[in-house]
Amino acid sequence: MSEKGHHVVSPKIYAGILAALLAGTWITVQAAKIDLGRWNIVLALLIATIKMSLVILFFMHGKYSPRRTQLVIISGFFWLAIMLGLTMTDYSTRKPEPSRTANPPVIEIHRA
Amino acid sequence: MHRTGELYGQYKTLEQQKETASLGMWIFLVQEILFFGGIFLAYSINRHLYPTAFGVGGNMLSLPLGFANTVVLIASSFTMAMSVWSAQTSKKQLVTVFLILTLILGCVFLGVKVKEYKDKFDHHLIPGHGFDITYCSKNPTACHLEGKELSDEIKEIREGVEAEGGEIALNAHAQLYFSLYFGMTGLHALHMIVGAGLLLWLIIEARKGRFDANYNTPVENIGLYWHFVDIVWIFLFPLLYLINRHLA
Repeated sequence: MSEKGHHVVSPKIYAGILAALLAGTWITVQAAKIDLGRWNIVLALLIATIKMSLVILFFMHGKYSPRRTQLVIISGFFWLAIMLGLTMTDYSTRKPEPSRTANPPVIEIHRA
Repeated sequence: MHRTGELYGQYKTLEQQKETASLGMWIFLVQEILFFGGIFLAYSINRHLYPTAFGVGGNMLSLPLGFANTVVLIASSFTMAMSVWSAQTSKKQLVTVFLILTLILGCVFLGVKVKEYKDKFDHHLIPGHGFDITYCSKNPTACHLEGKELSDEIKEIREGVEAEGGEIALNAHAQLYFSLYFGMTGLHALHMIVGAGLLLWLIIEARKGRFDANYNTPVENIGLYWHFVDIVWIFLFPLLYLINRHLA
């Protein structure tokens, strides 16, 4: 029984995705060992996002889901982007507070 | 309540009924995305504020164990996807086999996590009274550190102390890193434990031969949950383990 909206993905595609995810994991470890300055984190997140997309599209059948379900998936990331994006623009444009640059008021712990 | 593949009154077709079930699961997962998103946000802000302490903290984790666990979890996502395929094509024996494989891989992941947590206890990296990020560089034998590894660690701690303006500041900010490390990986592990429980139930039901091409909604939806947990780890691994590897 093959129904529209419940597409049966073949094991060959699953195996291909598995190989791509393992390759991505290896690449992200190798990339982390090279000093790219601030671009290290960008590259790491880019690879993670590609891996996530593969999992959602194929393992989670996002590619074969009805439009309504796809809209729900995209909306989740849309709200996440608002939360992360707007908060980080705030933090990254604030002037450093004195308490951040100086030593924090930490009481020395006396160990027994 | 014993659900089978029959059509319920409120739906027009079986297809609509199945779509509704997976839509509901996705709405739950969207909520999960935002739930983990808040913690990822806390991580991003603190990492932005204390890059050096977070870098030093990240290099205290075991890269081989983290890498191995990533591979294990990705493999478990694959076996989960295969069990969904087996159900969709009515291969009832294979459903059970792939579900058991998924459960085993999930337990391996949790086992490695226990080993990692135990090491953090031994290395004084639990936030709180006994926290001391310099412990391993001062007591190399207790941490099994020697040779290049030890000299790298001593150098790293020295640079960290310099950049943060003192050992107290480095310890304070590194504790933030480790609080987030335990919070994030702990919540992820909790999701894995819940997933393992769900898998156990699926295995029991699959052995009764309940899942086939007509009815496989539980396998599919728990599969969605399992893949989601995998996605969280796909982001946790680079963010926690790989922040500052090029400096070491």
